Amino acid sequence: MSETRKVLIDPLVDNNPITLQMLGICSALAVTTSLLPALLMCIALTSVAALAGAAISALRHRIPNNIRIIVFMTIIASLVILVDQVLKAYAFETSKQLSVFVGLIITNCIVLGRAEAFAMKNGVVMSFIDGLGNGLGYSLILISVATLRELFGAGTLLGYPILELTSNGGWYEANGLMLLPPSAFFIIGLLIWGIRTWRRQQVEKPEYQIHEVHRTEVF
Amino acid sequence: MDAYVSLFIQSAFVENLALAFFLGMCTFLAVSKRVETAIGLGLAVIAIQVITVPVNHLIYRFLLADGALAWAGLPGVDLSFLGLVSYIGVIAALVQMLEMTLDKYFPKLYNALGIFLPLITVNCAILGGTLFMVERQYDFAESVVFGIGSGTGWAIALIALAGIREKLKYSDVPDGLQGLGIAFIIVGLMSLSFMGFSGI
Repeated sequence: MSETRKVLIDPLVDNNPITLQMLGICSALAVTTSLLPALLMCIALTSVAALAGAAISALRHRIPNNIRIIVFMTIIASLVILVDQVLKAYAFETSKQLSVFVGLIITNCIVLGRAEAFAMKNGVVMSFIDGLGNGLGYSLILISVATLRELFGAGTLLGYPILELTSNGGWYEANGLMLLPPSAFFIIGLLIWGIRTWRRQQVEKPEYQIHEVHRTEVF
Repeated sequence: MDAYVSLFIQSAFVENLALAFFLGMCTFLAVSKRVETAIGLGLAVIAIQVITVPVNHLIYRFLLADGALAWAGLPGVDLSFLGLVSYIGVIAALVQMLEMTLDKYFPKLYNALGIFLPLITVNCAILGGTLFMVERQYDFAESVVFGIGSGTGWAIALIALAGIREKLKYSDVPDGLQGLGIAFIIVGLMSLSFMGFSGI
């Protein structure tokens, strides 16, 4: 049981796909201008990651090693098409906002990376849970970034006003930069800084150590 | 002609795939530590992008779009839901073909690119370029220009970031920001400066 818990909980902070494994960053930045598309994207990615993990794990003894990437791609692409059709049927407006990014789940490195690193070596249930955990870790970052951007960029959450805007007679002047692409980079950069200050073992070693010269050495 | 030039400028700078749409970020951050490898990967991405976008355009127009099979006597067939699988198949096949061609005729370039060639298959800038082409309904000439422009823009951003990160090695960065953190902040600043192009 504890193993299952570890597989599920680990990717949330200690081995987060975005901030540590550096996977699936593309969509994490693009769909976070407001909370609703981000939430839908999280659901879509988590379900694809979990189902792809289970499907690939079930087939893992039958997939020939040298064409495995193409097999993965086909399985993942089929699942993404399913998700895409469901989204178009039940959440048409938001799926328009997500535009190409649902399709891009295919090339999202989280799904492929977990398939390669975990599902090929582990059982069906564990791979499903691993996909679920990584999807949730991704969702955690996505939702926090989207909350920050929507709250400070438009003063709303899920479309409901939280901070009264000056244009509506309130006190909050919306920060337009938050809705532009650069702010997503800044927020994730600062988020990584925060997480790594909290979890020291995630800090990367500098490639080049500056040698400190003391005055006494010069003389 | 003017329309094509402005489409090129737009896709290369204003709507830069990496800095405005965040596409290909994983490779973008992972391969931007040395300028030489960045140049190699950038060139490979341009080559693949220039081929895949027009080819996928033809596939979309003559096989997948609503009513596209009219030439085969099947006017009522809409296969557009098969788009994603076909595009990724085309991309994988083209990357494989480019790899074999380079291996046979330009072994030097092939060795220089090494592992990055097969990795291009999973670079979302490539699939993203195709999906944007379909979504924005470009015609054939436009999709060629869009392929060149978006590939070039991605490569420029990658090489610029690699140049900055090479210098950055020698600066004293706070522990938590080391590596990935500071790279994100720099990309943010680059993205901010690329937004200045939107006035053109």
